[in-house]
Amino acid sequence: MTGAFRLAQGGRLDRSRPLGFSFDGKAMRGFSGDTLASALLANGVHLVGRSFKYHRPRGVLAAGAEEPNALVTIGRDGRRTPNLRATQIELHEGLAAESQNRFPSLRHDVYAAGRLAAPMLPAGFYYKTFKWPPGAWTRFYEPAIRAMAGLGRAPPSPDPDRYAQRYAHCDVLVVGAGPAGLAAALAAADAGARVMLCDEQAEPGGSLLAAEDATIDGIAAQAWLAEALRRLARAGATVLPRTTAFGYFAQNFLGLAERVTDHLASPDPSLPREKLWQVRAKEVVLATGAIEQPLVFSGNDRPGVMLADAARLYATRYAVRPGTRAVLATAHDSAYAAALALHRRGVHIAAIADLRARADGELPAAARAAGLAVRTGATIAGSLGGLRVGAALLGRNGARPERVSCDLLLMCGGWTPSVHLFSQSRGRLRFDAALDAYVPDASAQRERSAGACRGVFGLAAALADGAAAGGAAAGASGAPRRYAVRAPAAGTGEAPGLTGGGRGKAFVDFQNDVTAQDIALAAREGFRSIEHVKRYTTAGMATDQGKTANMNALSLLAAAVAAPVPTVGHTTFRMPYTPVTFGTFAGLARGDLFEPVRTTPMHGWAAAEGARFEDVGTWKRAHYFPRNCETMHAAVARECRAVRTACGLFDASTLGKIEVVGPDAAAFLERMYVNAFARLAPGRCRYGVMLREDGFVLDDGVIGRLAPDRFHVTTTTGGAARVLGVMEDFSQTEWPELDVWLTSVTEQWAVIAVQGPDARRVIAPLVEGIDMAALPHMGVAEGHVCGIAARLFRVSFTGELGFEINVPADHGQAVWEAVAGSGAAHGITPYGTEAMHVLRAEKGYIVVGQETDGTATPDDVGLGWTVGRGKPDFVGKRSLARPAMQRPDRKQLVGLLTEQPQTVLEEGAQIVLDPGQAVPMRMVGHVTSAYLSPTLGRSIALAMLAGGRARVGERVFLPMPDRTIAARVVSPVFYDPEGARLHG
Amino acid sequence: MQRFNALSLLRRSVRGHQGWRPHWRDPAPKPAYDAVIIGGGGHGLGTAFHLARDHGMRDIAVLERGWIGGGNTGRNTTVIRSNYLFDESAALYDHALKLWSGLSQTLNYNVMFSPRGVMMLAHTLHDVQVGRRHVHANRLNGVDNEWLTPEQAKAFCPPLSIGPGLRYPVLGAALQRRGGTARHDAVAWGYARAADAMGVDIIQNSEVTAIRRDAQGAVSGVETTRGAIRTKKIGVVAAGHTSVVMAMAGLRLPLESYPLQALVSEPVKPVFPCVVMSNSIHAYISQSDKGELVIGAGTDAYVSYSQRGGLHIAAHTLEAICELFPRFRRLRMLRNWAGIVDVTPDRSPIIAKTPVAGLYVNCGWGTGGFKATPGSAHVFAWTMAKDAPHPINAPFTMERFREGKLIDEAAAAAVAH
Amino acid sequence: MLLIDCPFCGERPELEFSYGGEAHIARTPDTASDDGWTAFLYDRTNPKGIHAERWRHVHGCGRFFNALRDTVSDKFRATYRIGEARPELE
Repeated sequence: MTGAFRLAQGGRLDRSRPLGFSFDGKAMRGFSGDTLASALLANGVHLVGRSFKYHRPRGVLAAGAEEPNALVTIGRDGRRTPNLRATQIELHEGLAAESQNRFPSLRHDVYAAGRLAAPMLPAGFYYKTFKWPPGAWTRFYEPAIRAMAGLGRAPPSPDPDRYAQRYAHCDVLVVGAGPAGLAAALAAADAGARVMLCDEQAEPGGSLLAAEDATIDGIAAQAWLAEALRRLARAGATVLPRTTAFGYFAQNFLGLAERVTDHLASPDPSLPREKLWQVRAKEVVLATGAIEQPLVFSGNDRPGVMLADAARLYATRYAVRPGTRAVLATAHDSAYAAALALHRRGVHIAAIADLRARADGELPAAARAAGLAVRTGATIAGSLGGLRVGAALLGRNGARPERVSCDLLLMCGGWTPSVHLFSQSRGRLRFDAALDAYVPDASAQRERSAGACRGVFGLAAALADGAAAGGAAAGASGAPRRYAVRAPAAGTGEAPGLTGGGRGKAFVDFQNDVTAQDIALAAREGFRSIEHVKRYTTAGMATDQGKTANMNALSLLAAAVAAPVPTVGHTTFRMPYTPVTFGTFAGLARGDLFEPVRTTPMHGWAAAEGARFEDVGTWKRAHYFPRNCETMHAAVARECRAVRTACGLFDASTLGKIEVVGPDAAAFLERMYVNAFARLAPGRCRYGVMLREDGFVLDDGVIGRLAPDRFHVTTTTGGAARVLGVMEDFSQTEWPELDVWLTSVTEQWAVIAVQGPDARRVIAPLVEGIDMAALPHMGVAEGHVCGIAARLFRVSFTGELGFEINVPADHGQAVWEAVAGSGAAHGITPYGTEAMHVLRAEKGYIVVGQETDGTATPDDVGLGWTVGRGKPDFVGKRSLARPAMQRPDRKQLVGLLTEQPQTVLEEGAQIVLDPGQAVPMRMVGHVTSAYLSPTLGRSIALAMLAGGRARVGERVFLPMPDRTIAARVVSPVFYDPEGARLHG
Repeated sequence: MQRFNALSLLRRSVRGHQGWRPHWRDPAPKPAYDAVIIGGGGHGLGTAFHLARDHGMRDIAVLERGWIGGGNTGRNTTVIRSNYLFDESAALYDHALKLWSGLSQTLNYNVMFSPRGVMMLAHTLHDVQVGRRHVHANRLNGVDNEWLTPEQAKAFCPPLSIGPGLRYPVLGAALQRRGGTARHDAVAWGYARAADAMGVDIIQNSEVTAIRRDAQGAVSGVETTRGAIRTKKIGVVAAGHTSVVMAMAGLRLPLESYPLQALVSEPVKPVFPCVVMSNSIHAYISQSDKGELVIGAGTDAYVSYSQRGGLHIAAHTLEAICELFPRFRRLRMLRNWAGIVDVTPDRSPIIAKTPVAGLYVNCGWGTGGFKATPGSAHVFAWTMAKDAPHPINAPFTMERFREGKLIDEAAAAAVAH
Repeated sequence: MLLIDCPFCGERPELEFSYGGEAHIARTPDTASDDGWTAFLYDRTNPKGIHAERWRHVHGCGRFFNALRDTVSDKFRATYRIGEARPELE
């Protein structure tokens, strides 16, 4: 036996597979097929949680995704998962569940003492108080509130599990595998459509899984279900159980979360825990059912108070007797089905209190026929009990309520269609006065709702509605299939809102402890919009997002402001339908897969040399090459000295490269760059500056003309994609008359920079077909290096004689190693980006993004000379003519020399003219680059300084937290200002 | 105004809280007002409050298309900080930050301003340069902002992963201790209640459909779904919809409206002590008093008024969150939503007079307007009352674009090399 | 994620595209006044409704094209090639 309250037979359980599990450390037994909630109830456990605000004892209210109370934590360490609904947790061997939000135990929760203060804590109380004394909110009140709030605890360590993602396309996606969804999927599949069918539960079937006395086409409902699934499988439909459609986005794009392993005791480690499906469906059929609503009366939250149909479900599907003596309070016929099902299983039905004046439907008649006591025109004034309900207070029209003892109090306030996804799809809702509920009105996308989710109740109607929707979605011709159904009628009912008097708290939102009194208070305080009431009271903002709260909140607000329900409006339904794991969204994007890592062809060589790398965009670049236990500082100094005195080797492969080809290539570049290119001779290079259309520097690089109609353009590492995008834009949209092609060749070329006085001697032995002596500074030639076809640029970003060897990427490392070998005799030294930065700063060369920040013109950074002013047009030219671009007090690039030569300024440090002024100080510039120059044996800095070029020679100040540093404004070129070394 | 305090709460609790009056009246619009504010968000309601309190203008209507606080005020992630780079921005946002610290007392409404510290992460050497430049500039502007090592950052925010397995390591962080969060709804409600008490009419469900001009071209009134209203001063504070409203006056603005998404997790016990932002991998996170992790995503790429963003945008943000805080992978998204932010080319707001006499505009806050609410409201009310800008908002004109004198916080922060 | 009908390739998911801002803004650097140039650079229609905008099928054919999209529903009403006139919608 698995629990004292387990029925001897029935249910969709595998009784051959008993399972051990624990709740708060107490060992219990259940069966395969149980949920945690059904297994707990089978063991007589009704007290399962504590509420958010008042820490009231709470039991299982529902049997599905709408459960507000039965939240537990599963798992330990990195797999600890809080706030899971016991009604959705499939039992497996060894499952260990913990209750939440209580201390020290669920039965004895010290925080429950807070109920003494409850009268002080109505909706929004925290807006009215905790303001005094100033500062106390932060120091005292807020920490206390935070400690009380929250539900479960977050995992203490990283989640070890994996999450997968899939994209899928289909003709018809059916959400919900109840009778309407199954009929829709069958009809669509019959019409030849590619069908996907998903359902949040462990097995498809929906209400069929708990259907008694129902036959479809002459066979029992559950047998029909099995046959329907076989037919779908044969038709090739994708059927996804344990898969929640949580989001409905633009253009029929839906997000589905599949739970793959949580129901397994020891899952295959190769399986992901969850899988995100992103589905683009030509047509969607929503068959998401309806949710039974609670009644709002005093004490409607005691453990043992349950939704009527949930109790029926526990009895029929899980073979659980949820109590021994039940009272039902209802405003809907469907509760009678629950009463009958429980009655048949030996639960004593003490009373059925129907809030309606009459109850004449088929189900009430059946109940009466079974001898059940039905009281119409009844009220429910409250419940009594402690950790379990002990009695219901039933009355009639103001008469003194009668105490009817029970250990199970079932309620049914009607049914609300699950329009969540429909509403997310931006479909318009309509209030159906007959149903007292919102139903879908006009679809906004290629979507249809079917069955209970659009207010069509009952098995026969749902099947017919589903078949019609599925057929129409698949474009089927002919009348929809008809099913011959024998089943109890669905019955009708109403949504009664606040149903009884009673002085105690009547809950609307169970989890967030929002009461009918709170709704009334909000209305009294002027909150008339349901969105305001929701925010003020927090109704509908709990982890169930108001699935059992929103409709009651609406009717109570409508009553409070004496307006019809539709005029109060309804809150917006938001993604996700039920909570979805962060990891499911993140999928495989973790660690190196978070963003692809780009490495150069020589990366392996650098790594083997012990290089330290830095991230530049998505690239890994060698930052410096420490030898032995060198510090970065020592390594960089050594690398710099090698370049200045002998030869350095640098991997420049990350620079963006674009091949610009065509009869109008030169004309195109003339317009893209500030420089003049028309007269650039083949075989020569030019340093180019590109602006944004607003006149600020976007990018720079060296552009070589290989032939009259062919240019090799380089860009910054981070700017490659941006530059190509801008070029394509102008080429395609502004100047389509220019005959030019653009090709990104960044990945095609490995670029080996060889820089230093010995550079020519190092590479000359490896070069064929190029006259090295004749190749001038800023020249380019095509030939062979190490027998590999190469483009050889004579360019320098160091101020030394320099070459950049471009070879096809596959040969990069081999050529690199050959150059290193050839240079060994000259002391060739690999250097990284840090030394590169120091060397270029010594020469006053800017780095776009470091000296410039999106607010600098070419003139600001000393590149006015590059601008071809005679050109009729180039990108950004017109903007340079604006007044503010010409002001003499713009920030300009200068050099700074600290008065103490060994003091290195901090990059980003601010410059002032008067160090004695009070804060806020007038800042006139900032340091963009600062290094200890090994070449000069002192610190150097580049800075952007207002009117800087006119301030050369002046003294400026850099106030630091602990001192003020004085510096002299100088030219930004610190080394070899004549450029003699370039021509060495 | 009914005073709110612990004593009044206690007194009324005895009578079942029957004695509370509406936070604000629900008046029908009058035919004319001295000034009309279009937009009942925090900035608009705050503007009305300051017009009434500081400038003696009590005959004011705030026109709200839906329900007050329902736009970006109620949709943002409530991050408050003032450590902006440029002097103009630092002055504006720090003005706001100073007002935040006393706002609950000013309004007699607990807006739950919580200066728990805002930490901005640096993942690359370029981020470090940018971050330190901010720290230095802020210090000389009198704005607190300090540089932390990765270890200090981890100590300040224990869930942060600074380990070597990260795709983008944490190289440091800028911390503004005075930064933090506040309760967004309370800001709208508190301003509304205080403004209402001084006579301001807060008119909800009233959409402006036209702006009327007189023969000289100056504004003379508005048409609304609840009738025409005469007025000589109109303040447009309709974040997201600014272009739509300004088009009614024949103006085209340097604005584009983008969807901006945010999301919360299910509530958990306190696990996250501060606010953490990572600009370069797009993640913004804090924990609300209720226990939800509040997470901000980036904007979608395209102009939209749909108040809905793409799943891939939210997913990308959660990738970043899971990368930085791997212990949160198992937490679950509870609710996701989007607002509409209007964005200027330099990502700085426009708080200014317009070429139309009597028409004022406060817009272009992009993704970061909430933090400025009290300061923005204060200087905008000044601008409307005096028909001249307050010194703090004087640089935030529309003309700056014509002159090329931009306040380009975005460019200064985001360009990589 | 939007579904975008590239006039060269057909319907593709938004991830393959990059957005290019408002379409049909004439670039006239030679003749624009300061005000005109400012408007070109910065002022945008930003309509609530049909928006003419540029997209590039950057991870596909690489081509720029124009689109008419409803900024309230995000539904594309038309896509058309650069140089073609803005289509009339019913």
